[in-house]
Amino acid sequence: MASPLAERMQESFQEHVQEDLLMDCMRCGFCLPACPTYIMTGQDETHSPRGRIALMKAVRDGVVKWDGSVEEAFDVCLGCRACEPACPAGVQYGTLIEETRHAIQEAKPISLKEKVIRKVTFDGLFADQKLMTGTVKLIALYQATGIQKVARKIGFMDLFSTQLKEMEAVLPKVALKKPKRETKPLSTKVAFFTGCLMETMFQQTNQRTIELLNMLDVEVEIPPGQQCCGALHGHSGEVPKAKRNAEKNIRTFDHDDYDFIVQNAGGCGAFLSEYGKLLGTEDAARFSRKIIDISSLLVKLGMLEKLPHTNNVSSAIVTYQDSCHLRNVNGVWREPRALLQAAPGYQYQEMPNAAGCCGSAGIYNILQPEMSAKILKEKMKGVIEVAPMKVVTSNPGCLLQMKVGIEKEGLSHQMEAVHIVDFIYESMINYKKGV
Amino acid sequence: MLLWIDEIRGIVGDANLKTSAAHLTSYSYDAAAGFQSLPNAVVSPASTEEIQKIMLVCQKYLVPIVPRGSGTNLAAGTVPTSGGIVLLFNRMNQIIDFDEANLCIEVQPGVITLDLCNYVEARGLFYPPDPSSMKISTIGGNVSENSGGLRGLKYGVTKDYVMGLKAVLPNGDIIKTGGKLAKDVAGYDLTSLLVGSEGTLGVITEITLKLIPLPQTQKTGIAYFHSLEAAASTVSEIIAAKIIPATLEFMDRGTMDAVELFMNLGLPADAEAMLLIEQDGAVETVSSDVAKMIEIAENNGATSTAIANSTEEANRLKAGRRSALSALARKRPTTILEDATVPRSEIAEMVREIQRIAERHQVEIYTFGHAGDGNLHPTCLTDIRDEEEMQRVDAAFAEIFEAAIALGGTITGEHGIGEMKSPYLEWKIGPEGISLMKAIKQAIDPNNICNPGKLFAKSTKPRVVLQYG
Ligand SMILES: Cc1cc2nc3c(=O)[nH]c(=O)nc-3n(C[C@H](O)[C@H](O)[C@H](O)COP(=O)(O)OP(=O)(O)OC[C@H]3O[C@@H](n4cnc5c(N)ncnc54)[C@H](O)[C@@H]3O)c2cc1C
Ligand code: SF4
Ligand code: SF4
Repeated sequence: MASPLAERMQESFQEHVQEDLLMDCMRCGFCLPACPTYIMTGQDETHSPRGRIALMKAVRDGVVKWDGSVEEAFDVCLGCRACEPACPAGVQYGTLIEETRHAIQEAKPISLKEKVIRKVTFDGLFADQKLMTGTVKLIALYQATGIQKVARKIGFMDLFSTQLKEMEAVLPKVALKKPKRETKPLSTKVAFFTGCLMETMFQQTNQRTIELLNMLDVEVEIPPGQQCCGALHGHSGEVPKAKRNAEKNIRTFDHDDYDFIVQNAGGCGAFLSEYGKLLGTEDAARFSRKIIDISSLLVKLGMLEKLPHTNNVSSAIVTYQDSCHLRNVNGVWREPRALLQAAPGYQYQEMPNAAGCCGSAGIYNILQPEMSAKILKEKMKGVIEVAPMKVVTSNPGCLLQMKVGIEKEGLSHQMEAVHIVDFIYESMINYKKGV
Repeated sequence: MLLWIDEIRGIVGDANLKTSAAHLTSYSYDAAAGFQSLPNAVVSPASTEEIQKIMLVCQKYLVPIVPRGSGTNLAAGTVPTSGGIVLLFNRMNQIIDFDEANLCIEVQPGVITLDLCNYVEARGLFYPPDPSSMKISTIGGNVSENSGGLRGLKYGVTKDYVMGLKAVLPNGDIIKTGGKLAKDVAGYDLTSLLVGSEGTLGVITEITLKLIPLPQTQKTGIAYFHSLEAAASTVSEIIAAKIIPATLEFMDRGTMDAVELFMNLGLPADAEAMLLIEQDGAVETVSSDVAKMIEIAENNGATSTAIANSTEEANRLKAGRRSALSALARKRPTTILEDATVPRSEIAEMVREIQRIAERHQVEIYTFGHAGDGNLHPTCLTDIRDEEEMQRVDAAFAEIFEAAIALGGTITGEHGIGEMKSPYLEWKIGPEGISLMKAIKQAIDPNNICNPGKLFAKSTKPRVVLQYG
C-alpha cells in the first residue's frame, strides 16, 4: 500500500515535473563522467543525472514509492548542471531538478521549525537586499536557521566561522551604510545587479566592479529596489517566491537605455539569464537577454588591451576555478581565463578539473556538509598540484568555499582565493603605479 | 528480509549491498528504450573470490545474477528482467599488470574504456576498439558485448584484442582461459566463447588485452554529398581501391542536424550525407591514403571535402560522430536504434532499403554508422506512448532485419541481442543455431541464473515477407 505521502508525491510530480522533459533523456549515460556526485560516490547511478531523471520519472509513473532514499538522491544533487553541456540530447536537467524540488516542497509536510527557517530565509533575508546588510546578518542567518547546530557537530561551522573571521581581516570592514557611488555619464550605459552576498560581504568588490567599468568609459547605474535574484528560492523548490522576486527585478531594470545588465556573481547571473524561461513572458526574455557577467563585459569592452603590460617574467601562478553556473548555464569560461592570461605579474595555469564543482553550490555546503567536504577535498588536490598564489573565482559562494579549502589544507600562508574583479582591479592599480 | 540477501551482505559488507528504493530503481534500466525491471539488491564485490562466494549463494537460492558495467548497452542486456542481484564492478576497476614486453595489459572489468586507451597511449601503445560510448563504457561490458567502434574497419573489434580471461562460472568454478600467449590451441577456444556472451555464461573478473604499437600519425578528412548513394558508393570504391582506412563513418542529413545542434561544428546545411575519414600509420602512407580517399569522394560527386587542420579539430569531428545517437534523441521522446550489418559491398543497397521501408511505414528514421564495416545504425525517432505509431515502428524494424539478412547480413553487428533483440535471434542463426546455443547455455548454467531472459526469447517473432516495389 502506498502511504498518503507517497501518493501526494506522485500527484505533485505529475503536476510539476514535465513528462516531455523527462522523455528527452535516452539514458545513454554521456552525462555520468561530468557529474561530481556520481564520481565521488564511486559511480553510484543513484547519484548520477541519468539515475535522478529515472527516479523523477519513476516517482511520476508510480514505479517507485516515495521514501527517504529517493529524497536523498535529489538532495545530494549539487545543482551544478555540469550534466547539461555534456548531454547530446539537450536534456534540460536544471529545469527538471527545479521542478522536482518544487514538487517535493508542495507535497512534503513541513515541520514548524522548517517553516520558520524558510520564512526567515526566503521571505526575509533573501527577499530584500536591504535586510541582508553586513556579515552580522549572514551569521544571524546561520543561527536563525538552526543549521549551525548540525554543522557544528561535524566541525564545519567552526571552520566556516574561523574563515569568516579571517575574511574580516583581509577585507576592509564591512560598512553597514553603503558608500556613495559616483557614476559618470558616458557612452555605454549598464545597470549593475549587485547581488545579496556581493552587496553585503563583498561590498568592496562591487565598488571595484564599478570602477573597472568606469575605466572603460562605461556609465554604471544601480537601479534602486532590486531584489535577491531568486536563485536560492528556485533551487530550493520555492518557485512562486522565485517568480515574485523575478517580477520585481524585471520592473526595476525595465529601461531601454541600459545596454547591458551586468553582474559579478555566476550563480545569480545564470538565474537572471533564465528569467525568460522561468516566467515565459516577453519582458522577462528581454531582461534575460541583457544579462552579462563582468568578465564577458570587460573582454567585450576592451579590457584585454587595456591591462598594463610588464616585461618582468613572473613565476607567480594564478589559476581559475569555474563558477558552475557561469560555465554550464551561460557557457562562459574563455573570458575569465583570457583576462587572467592577459593580467601582468602572473602566469596563468589551468588546474585539473577546474570546471568541476567546488562543492559550494549555493547553500549545499550547509545542507550536505559531508558530500560538500569530499568534493572540496578533491578540488584542493588539483589546487595543490598547480600551487598557485591566487585562486580566482567568479561567484561569492565559490570564493567562500575556496577560502575554506585553502584554510582547511593549511595553505593560507602561500595562497589566497580572490574574486576576479578584485584580481583585475589590483592588476590595473598596482601596475599603473609601476609596482 | 530475504535470507540470501543477508548471506551476500556477509560477503561484501553492509556498505556494498544496496536495497533502497532509490538504488533498485537506478539499476532497473540501461540505454535500451522501453525496458525496466527492478532487482532485489545491488551488489559491489571487490574480488574474484567474493564473486565466487556470491555465485554460490545465488546458485543455492536460485537467485538471478545480472552483471552490469556502466549500463550503456542498447539491447536491455542489464535490465534485471527476473529480479535478483545486479552485480557491479565499480570496486573492481584497477589495471592489474601492464606488460610492455608481451605487449599486453591485464585489467579488472570495471576499467573505463577511455581510461584504458589513455593509459596505454601515454606509454606509446595502442588499444584500438573505441565504441562511441568509450568515455563511459567498461572493458567488462565491451568484452561481454564484443563491441566495435570507429576504428573497426582497420583494427577489428574487441574480440580481436582479448587474449585471456578469468571468469566465475555459474557452478562457482573459477576458470582462466588463454593468457599472454600469441598462440594457444589447447582445446576449445573458451575465450571466444565468453567474449560476447552478454553475462549469460558467468561473470568475467579479469581480462588480458592485446596492445599494438601506437601509429606514428593520423589524419582526418570529411566529405559531404548531396545523396546518400553518393556517400555509400564512395565507401564501396574506397575499399575496392584496396585502402583500409582506420575510420570510415557515415551520417545522414537528419543526424548531421542533430549533431550540429549539440556541437556547432559548422556542418553544411545543404548536404544530404557526410563521411568522416581517418587514416593512421606512417606519415607518407597517411597523407597519400587520405588524398586518394578524398579524390574518390570527389569523383563520386562530393559537394565539398576538407581535411582537419589540427588534432583538436579532428577530435571535435569524431566527438560529433560519437554523439550522433544521443543527439538524435533530442528530436522525439523515444529513440530506438538498430544495428543492421551487411557485407561492405551492399552498403548502398541497404541504405536505400532503409529509406524505402521508412517511407512505406511512415516512420522517422535517420541513419548513421560505421559505414566501412557495413554496420549501419538506422535510428527511429518515435513516441513510446503512441501505440499505433509503435506498431508501425516494429513493423519497419522487422523489415529492416529481414532486408539485412536477405543481403547476407545480420540483425546486430555490435550491440548484442540482450532481451530486446532476442525474438529475432532465430532469424539470423536458424533453429539449429538456437538449439546449439541453448545446449551450451544449459551445459554451463543449467539453473539459468546468469542473466536470465537474455539472448533466448520465449518465442520467436514470426518472420515478415518483404514486399518490394
Ligand atoms: C551513445 C551510445 C553509443 C554507443 N556506441 C557503440 C559503438 O560505437 N559500438 C558498440 O559496439 N557499442 C556501442 N554502444 C553500446 C554499448 O556502449 C556497448 O555495448 C558497451 O560495450 C557496453 O558497456 P557497459 O560497460 O555499459 O556494459 P553494460 O551495458 O553494463 O553491460 C553490457 C553487457 O555485458 C554484460 N557484462 C558487463 N560486465 C560484465 C562482466 N564483468 N562479466 C560478464 N558480463 C558482463 C552485461 O550483463 C550486459 O549483458 C553505444 C551505446 C550508447 C548509449
Ligand atoms: S541526461 Fe542526456 S547524457 Fe544523460 S543519460 Fe540522459 S540523454 Fe544521456
Ligand atoms: S546538477 Fe551536478 S550534481 Fe546534479 S546531476 Fe547534474 S552534474 Fe550531477
